Amino acid sequence: MDYFDRFAVPHPSPAIYASMVAIGLTMLAVVVGITYFKKWGYLWREWLTTVDHKRIGIMYILSALLMLFRGGADAIMMRAQTAVPDNGLLDGQHYNEIFTTHGVVMILFMAMPFIIGLMNIVTPLQVGARDVAFPRLNAVSFWLFFMGAMLFNISFVVGGSPDAGWTSYFPLASNDFSESVGSNYYAIAIQIAGIGTLLTGINFIVTILKMRAPGMNLMKMPMFTWSILITNFIIVFAFPVLTVALALMTMDRLFGTQFFTMANGGSDMLWANLFWVWGHPEVYIVILPAFGIYSEIISTFARRNLYGYNSMVISMVAISTLSFVVWAHHFYTMGHGAMVNGIFSITTMAIAVPTGVKIFNWLFTLWKGKIVFTVPMLYSLAFIPIFTLGGVTGVMLAMASADYQYHNTMFLVAHFHYVLIPGTVFAVLAGFTYWWPKMFGFMLSEKIGKWSFWFITISFNVTFFPMFITGLDGQARRMYTYSESTGYGPLNMLSFVGAIGLAIGFALIVYNIYWSTRYASRNISNDPWDARSLEWATHTPIPEYNFAIVPTVDSTEAFWDSKKKGFKLFGGKVEKIHMPNNSGVPFIMSCIFFVWGFAMVFSMWIIAIIATLGIFACMAHRSFEKDHGRYISVEEIEETENKLRGAK
Amino acid sequence: MKIDNSLPLEYSTEENRLKIFGFWIFLGAEIALFATLFATYFVLVNGTGNGPTGEHLFKVPTLMLQTIFLLTSSFTIGLGINAMRLGSKKAMLSFFVITLILGLGFLGVEIYEFVEYVHEGATIQTSAFLSSLFTLLGTHGAHVTLGLFWGTFIILQVKKRGLIPETANKAFIFSLYWHFLDVVWIFIFSFVYLKGMM
Repeated sequence: MDYFDRFAVPHPSPAIYASMVAIGLTMLAVVVGITYFKKWGYLWREWLTTVDHKRIGIMYILSALLMLFRGGADAIMMRAQTAVPDNGLLDGQHYNEIFTTHGVVMILFMAMPFIIGLMNIVTPLQVGARDVAFPRLNAVSFWLFFMGAMLFNISFVVGGSPDAGWTSYFPLASNDFSESVGSNYYAIAIQIAGIGTLLTGINFIVTILKMRAPGMNLMKMPMFTWSILITNFIIVFAFPVLTVALALMTMDRLFGTQFFTMANGGSDMLWANLFWVWGHPEVYIVILPAFGIYSEIISTFARRNLYGYNSMVISMVAISTLSFVVWAHHFYTMGHGAMVNGIFSITTMAIAVPTGVKIFNWLFTLWKGKIVFTVPMLYSLAFIPIFTLGGVTGVMLAMASADYQYHNTMFLVAHFHYVLIPGTVFAVLAGFTYWWPKMFGFMLSEKIGKWSFWFITISFNVTFFPMFITGLDGQARRMYTYSESTGYGPLNMLSFVGAIGLAIGFALIVYNIYWSTRYASRNISNDPWDARSLEWATHTPIPEYNFAIVPTVDSTEAFWDSKKKGFKLFGGKVEKIHMPNNSGVPFIMSCIFFVWGFAMVFSMWIIAIIATLGIFACMAHRSFEKDHGRYISVEEIEETENKLRGAK
Repeated sequence: MKIDNSLPLEYSTEENRLKIFGFWIFLGAEIALFATLFATYFVLVNGTGNGPTGEHLFKVPTLMLQTIFLLTSSFTIGLGINAMRLGSKKAMLSFFVITLILGLGFLGVEIYEFVEYVHEGATIQTSAFLSSLFTLLGTHGAHVTLGLFWGTFIILQVKKRGLIPETANKAFIFSLYWHFLDVVWIFIFSFVYLKGMM
């Protein structure tokens, strides 16, 4: 039985045992449920093997929602623990594990897949394409992300969670200071998901650059597509840095190399640099698509075209370039001298300029607009002032000398939640509500949606605003408790109350999905919001080939023109359409990746080698496979089109 | 599948053009990957601890042998693609086989070199300098190894299915990959070995 000792949780508690039982029961329930309803075949044919960008997008969003609740549970526990001074709800070790997994899950397994999910569903439609450039690769991307996320999530019941922070700084994350396999999980699970993300980056660059509808030159693309293009360039150039950093971390922890050690020439600072060379562009990977989503929504519901299209594009390009030259502002206090700090201070503050341009463009779009206060629009309107608050505190943090006061305090925690929540989370909630009818053929309830909006927006401020104050007052982040004499108690209690409000808001979103699925009207038009871009030009539900006839475009808002000015969007005639075949190999290969990752985490070399061979066998299979796709005949297309038209 | 006969075989279909463009983007990511490994090496090059330095380890004969093998292979794969464009399957296959043999030669010398290093007490665990050296060279070597398998698969497919848009596309993309490994080697040659020996 000694062999199995390694899987034991090093620091167990009743809560962890309870989660083990809960996970076991849930998995059993899922398996029994699928078997009982005889859905295995359906699941395999329609979802596990799919290469359709719309279905892959939906799976991304589902996983992201799941992870939102995992990360949210972590957040509630942290706020509960710090609600009162000298609290004994969690001990220091558990608190470390929880803030680590909260950070990783929320950034890498919630924000990114949510964004990538929306981008999967919307981008090919917005550019008038039938799918992404490499549909099969897209499935590989999704399943690698999914398996990475699952591997990371089992850590807290098998072998122990990572506990060195989401930044996993060395020497803390080395074998000397993090003895459990937790940090191995961190290095390997994120690696697997990261490969998937890199492949997504390549796929969408090619899709956007090479598969646009005739007439849509770069400066006629919708703003969301522009934001996705720039984001994917950041992905392609930032993710390899993470790949290397995690590989070096894995080798230090598993094979005794000396990259980040304190002796034999290693440099722990190297980790911090590599991590943030990826890490800072990463925050723009999750924020630029958010800007794109807001641009679409604000212009739709202000009933005006987007103000300052060119300056929007230029500012996004500027932000993406600057994002690669600011990384050292994350560790001003590590002591790299006034010169280096000064340069990074200036580059960091410079980001405020293009971002400010964008804020003013949105305001000018709203100016004299006929604003419709739908749920997506409410999130967009709330975003502008709250995000500005986050941005301004960011400029405060950018000042290197002043940062010595704020560094590692709750002020920083408040700042990045003020940019990431109104920035990314509001955006994905807005985009999710906005594109929901296109995905599922009915609208989410506006009434419940508005309740959750107000709960989330107000509670968000109640939760995080107090942290600015306690942070300036010196409360350090990542401390599991504090004494009563510090006086942090009341404000932390306020944060806890806010966190409960946030939880209610998110629960209302789930209730909204349930309610709307049961009761919402299925009788909606293809364009329920009276929107402006091409994704609304096709049917709802979207046929698998997206557009029976590829649209022709001559302005940034061709669909709007077709509605208001009689522009002819679909000029050609129906021809047979080439579509890719489904394949189970991406799913199977990713499952093998999961086994490989698990074996690596626990240094089980024989299994790891067999899994490696399995992965290469899948790739070799792909090389020799003859897969020419299939054709949908003209008759079939016309039949589908008539059916979809008749349903209206 | 529409075939455009005015273009070379490897570019003749839409799917082929997308794949070649996508592979260029992938090579962009590979540049970022190797750039990070080089940066790591430059940061740690003086972190030799108690282990040997580059000056002590690097030998001219193995270096020259590896360089000749790899640079020649880059030339022969170029000839292979040229033969493919001329439609000569037999010449193309011969050049691809020569390329892979040269690649195998490179790999053999690299493995011999690694074994020598270890005999001199320079392992990946000895010092940060050696960790980064072995990782940089090893990542390049792993790419070459993967290339050997990939190239073999392509030779088998061309042999069986002939020169059709699909196989020509694969062969062309493989040649891009192979040239890229050659470019990386030139940087390794200059900034690791030459700089280390001076």
